[in-house]
Amino acid sequence: MRFRGRSYIAFVLTPEAPIFDWLADLDAWTRRSAGFFVGKPVVLDLSAVRLSKDAVAHLVAELQTRDIRIMGIEGINPSEVGPELPPILKGGRTAATAVEPVEPSPPAPEPTPAAQEAGSLLLESPVRSGQSVVFPHGDVTVLGSVASGAEIIAGGSIHVYGTLRGRALAGSIGNPRARIFCHRAEAELLAIDGFYRTAEDMEPSLRSQPIQAWLQGEVMLIAPLN
Amino acid sequence: MAQVLVVTSGKGGVGKTTSTAALGAALAQAGQTVVVVDFDVGLRNLDLVMGAERRVVFDLVNVIQGAAKLQQALIRDKRIDTLWLLPASQTRDKDALTANGVARVIAELKQKFDWVICDSPAGIERGATLAMRHADSAVIVTNPEVSSVRDSDRIIGLLDSKTEKAEKGGRVDKHLLISRYDPGRAARGEMLTINDVLEILSIPLLGVVPESEEVLRASNVGSPVTMCNPSSAAARAYCDAVRRLRGENVPMTIPTDKKRFMEKLFGRRAA
Repeated sequence: MRFRGRSYIAFVLTPEAPIFDWLADLDAWTRRSAGFFVGKPVVLDLSAVRLSKDAVAHLVAELQTRDIRIMGIEGINPSEVGPELPPILKGGRTAATAVEPVEPSPPAPEPTPAAQEAGSLLLESPVRSGQSVVFPHGDVTVLGSVASGAEIIAGGSIHVYGTLRGRALAGSIGNPRARIFCHRAEAELLAIDGFYRTAEDMEPSLRSQPIQAWLQGEVMLIAPLN
Repeated sequence: MAQVLVVTSGKGGVGKTTSTAALGAALAQAGQTVVVVDFDVGLRNLDLVMGAERRVVFDLVNVIQGAAKLQQALIRDKRIDTLWLLPASQTRDKDALTANGVARVIAELKQKFDWVICDSPAGIERGATLAMRHADSAVIVTNPEVSSVRDSDRIIGLLDSKTEKAEKGGRVDKHLLISRYDPGRAARGEMLTINDVLEILSIPLLGVVPESEEVLRASNVGSPVTMCNPSSAAARAYCDAVRRLRGENVPMTIPTDKKRFMEKLFGRRAA
């Protein structure tokens, strides 16, 4: 058996006090875009308001009557949510910020809006040791090098036009068709859809070569690019 | 306008303090007013390398906590009167540094000096991040070996994200100073070559300081190598680096100690 994590994009509603006015604003908005929330996963962020357990249940029910189904709640103490309410979510990230650091501050540059819309992330500067670039929404292209001790995690394929010395993890959200391309392979680890190979079990003749890696069934293949 | 320069590396023992002293002294010798600030609270060394260890009364932590005025803590060099030292405290640790306190001290130093050179401690924790916090430019000291290069790469990432300039959308100017370089060993493949290091770090090269006994000798007598023995290879490398730092276009060479070279030559002949 294999358990895999998967990330999805959800809409986040952040109610503000007073709730009654906020619901009225929401109604006014949905009148203009009828059916906008139908069938879409919605998360309720309660960090901006202070609500009792009953008030939360009431709010969820109110939203239900407007055809807004809440898949999870965040920004609230677990003790305030009973089993009848949607589960608590934690660690959510704003989808617009595709580059997430390991450390509290962002070491990598923000992606340009244009690159995001295209479902790909273009990094024009080198990825430095210790930086972690996470982009679950598509391909990542790095024009410079990826340093030893750095990692790129992409939902799609990874393209590195410099030297790949760190780790590249493609197809991280369960995409076996993702590939890794690099101009010069010195990688510490390559992974596609959870299957990986470390530097030690890569063919020595591929070192310092332009390569691509892909999955064939459950085997990762690496071949020179020419 | 004062320049705030941080000398940093990530890894310890690569020559940050030696380079801070040598660059500071060379800048002062070129007529600039310079203060070198030791951020290595708890493990201070810059006072020793500058030969001022017997004159420390107040230190950076005293100034940050308001126990002393900046003027009381600054120590003027006895050899060059435009060179000053702000020592670190040896009895405290890095937690004694506060973000606001450091900001205030740096702002005050910028009023008084042309160059504020911050000697960063090793590591990537509080001391190192506060040392680089207000930098306009950075000298990254790297030895030609893999662990030092990777740590430098990490530090470059932090310079691009954790400094005040980076957070405002700007860029800290980064300069690579390769120290303890031995051309012979690099040629034999026993250490990384300059090109290897440049290729990995991809930042402009400020200078190459050859491995030299003069550096250790200078540290031991408490005098920056550029003052102690200005004709030595290491001193010439630092002086060239300072000229490049000031915007001069100096061709990149790796100075060698002529005398040692001749000794080697004769030594070989005799053998």
